[in-house]
Amino acid sequence: MDTLMSLADGFHTALTFENLLLALLGTFLGTMMGALPGLGPSNGVAILIPLAFTLGLGATPSLILLTSVYYGAMYGGRISSILLNIPGDEPAMMTCLDGYPMAKKGLAGEALSLSGIASFVGAFIATWGLILLAPQLVKFALLFGPAEYFALFALAFATLGGVSSTNQAKSAFAAMLGLGLSVIGVDTQTGVPRLTFGEVHLYDGLDFLVAIVGLFALSEVFIFLEHRHGSATGAGHKVSVGRITPPWKMVKETTPTMLRSSLLGFVAGVLPGAGASLGSFISYSMEKKLVDRKNTFGTGDPRGVAAPEAGNNAAAGGALVPMLALGVPGSGTTAVLLAVLLSLNITPGPLLFQNNPDVVWGLIAALFIANFMLLAMNIPMVGIFTRVLMIPPRILMPIVAMVSFVGIYGISGSSFDLLVMIGFGVMGWLLRKLDVPLVPIILGTLLGNTMENNLRRAVTISNGDYWTLVGSPLAIGLWTVAIVGFILPLFLSRFVKARMHERRDDEGAISD
Amino acid sequence: MAFKLMRAAIAVAALTVATGASAQECIAPANPGGGWDFTCRQVGKTMQDLGLIDSTMQVVNLAGGGGGVAFAEVVNKRNDDDNLIVAASSATATRLAQGAYPGNSMDQVRWVGSIGADYGVIAVAADSDIQTLPELLDKIKADPNSVSVAGGSAVGGWDHLKVLIAADAYGIDDVRKVKYIAFDGGGEAVTQLLAGSVQAFTGDLSEAKGFVDSGDIRVIAVLAPERLDGEFSEFPTAKEQGVDAIGANWRGFYAPGGMSDEAYQMWVDKVGQLYASDEWKQVMAANGLAPLDLQGAEFESFVQNSVQQIQDISRQIGIIK
Repeated sequence: MDTLMSLADGFHTALTFENLLLALLGTFLGTMMGALPGLGPSNGVAILIPLAFTLGLGATPSLILLTSVYYGAMYGGRISSILLNIPGDEPAMMTCLDGYPMAKKGLAGEALSLSGIASFVGAFIATWGLILLAPQLVKFALLFGPAEYFALFALAFATLGGVSSTNQAKSAFAAMLGLGLSVIGVDTQTGVPRLTFGEVHLYDGLDFLVAIVGLFALSEVFIFLEHRHGSATGAGHKVSVGRITPPWKMVKETTPTMLRSSLLGFVAGVLPGAGASLGSFISYSMEKKLVDRKNTFGTGDPRGVAAPEAGNNAAAGGALVPMLALGVPGSGTTAVLLAVLLSLNITPGPLLFQNNPDVVWGLIAALFIANFMLLAMNIPMVGIFTRVLMIPPRILMPIVAMVSFVGIYGISGSSFDLLVMIGFGVMGWLLRKLDVPLVPIILGTLLGNTMENNLRRAVTISNGDYWTLVGSPLAIGLWTVAIVGFILPLFLSRFVKARMHERRDDEGAISD
Repeated sequence: MAFKLMRAAIAVAALTVATGASAQECIAPANPGGGWDFTCRQVGKTMQDLGLIDSTMQVVNLAGGGGGVAFAEVVNKRNDDDNLIVAASSATATRLAQGAYPGNSMDQVRWVGSIGADYGVIAVAADSDIQTLPELLDKIKADPNSVSVAGGSAVGGWDHLKVLIAADAYGIDDVRKVKYIAFDGGGEAVTQLLAGSVQAFTGDLSEAKGFVDSGDIRVIAVLAPERLDGEFSEFPTAKEQGVDAIGANWRGFYAPGGMSDEAYQMWVDKVGQLYASDEWKQVMAANGLAPLDLQGAEFESFVQNSVQQIQDISRQIGIIK
């Protein structure tokens, strides 16, 4: 009851004309920034900090503006994933896998609006989770030591088979390539630079955003250049974009997927060492393992669009739990939000709920408001977004190239990163020719570093005893899920295939 | 329509990178959310509130190489920019001392001034049976494998060095035996202290403050010359426990080496005025920053000493040869 009273107070704080206007502005700008390749939620929030200061906003209005941008960017990331096969940010990467095939099938409108609804469901559930469970969840997060984090990442990699439905060997190769790339940089556990060749720009490792934009966006441009004398110039080709609202049947079918993915994503978000990318990845691959009976994931299955979007938006909400309740950022974006809190002379930490209830509850109320605004804004805007598909490639591709360069330079301010991006673009082009999936590369790079660090932390703490990795019930549980998730499909698929053969035989017998 | 939207968004993005001739700029050599970012944004905001600068301070995040990318950028490309300052801290001095910015040294830039210091703390979980710093160090002395110390910096970084300084001062012969576990930032390190994965935490007071207030962790030593003011006065210093170790993470700014003397003097004055203001005192109090009031030449020689000291320790513990 107390909680509801506080929430009501929060709405009282948040529901002023100025705050609503800020939320509207934030959600709109956030969606745009999320959609642009390169600009993700953390940059989006950082970019708007000066605006908040210039307007002289107080703590609550500033946070309302910035969290609206955060949620907006999480929504927006899916747009370019679906329409262009270029993820707008890291967590939206998994949406490419089924979103782009859906768009190719002429279902772009459905994919966009369905993913908008999935984003809403994810964020909505996560916000309730934040309200009702924050204190308990903090205790849960404290169960995760380095050994448990390592098991969690191992679990993520064990489900990697779910990512690409084509060639498992190529998918494994891509993941290994990603893991290899992730070791570049100064090794924090020894302080020694690895594979940096004395280049100071590489000391902090490769920036995931640079890698993503290069691999996905630039390689697309290269492929277009290569084919420019062929079909791509075919002007005025009719593209079917589908309807702007998903049929009820599709929504109904994907509802269980959305709910499951929201829960998984939320949990991943709550863990400070995991984050939204892991959330959307695990949601997608688990969902594929659970419901993909006909092997349609990866070919434009609506559930494959709903799962990662619900997952990553729920993770964004989940990441606010350790930020508000512990003062520990659960993601890059919450790190920025924490910095804003500090600049506003609010000390985050376990006492934030007691010391600044108006800020916390105003923020939570603003999350609800932003989420509804985003849903209301995103569905009608689908019609506008889908027009991107009607732009002929000879105009679209130069824009993609320009946005990539401007975006990356805008974030890092370094021409070295542009060279790295071009390098990744060439690599992406080559790998596409070889039919190697690109998503596992990013996953390897994104998760490999944290996974390695946690392994080495765990083993250092236990003085070299590897048994520590299975030293707690939680770790054993995670390993069990990982091993079952990895091995079971091998047997299951054999079993299913055998059954199918049998049935064919039966049918054959009947028709005889 | 889509173009218009894209253009609008690009314009917003471009605003942050555009560096107008008149606008003051502060480079935070790390991603948004860290200590350097805080330094730039907080100083920018307070300077604007005080009317010391006429427009919003442009904060540019130039991450990479632990600040090395920004340092090289300033030295190589922005050497005569009069409207630029760069956030720095003990971490900058540490890397300069250890030669971790290849080809760069501290005399290539001009050191403007400090805005406060964050004294190092060594803390344990509230339910730990360790009560004092000597108890912890005795435990490490007896069996270095039994105590894991967590910190937010990489091995060889400032958080690591602080605990080594204390161990060295206590007479632990081979400080390399101290088991240090590097985490991604102080927050994660404190979380692991609460989770019970590690036995001790080394970091800055500001990182630990929230958890001390809530009673989750216990500060067993502040690495300050004397007890701090106000609410922090209850924490014992290492010195009063017989461990002569001082570790302050100072925060401040450097400016391009080719900056004109007038511009340099202007920045020195502004940082001085900022430091003297009541608004800044409040910021310092709220964030656990201790006094460190150095500008211009004084600050320059302070940084020089600090680099020298770190070089000595690093050589002693074998991080550099």
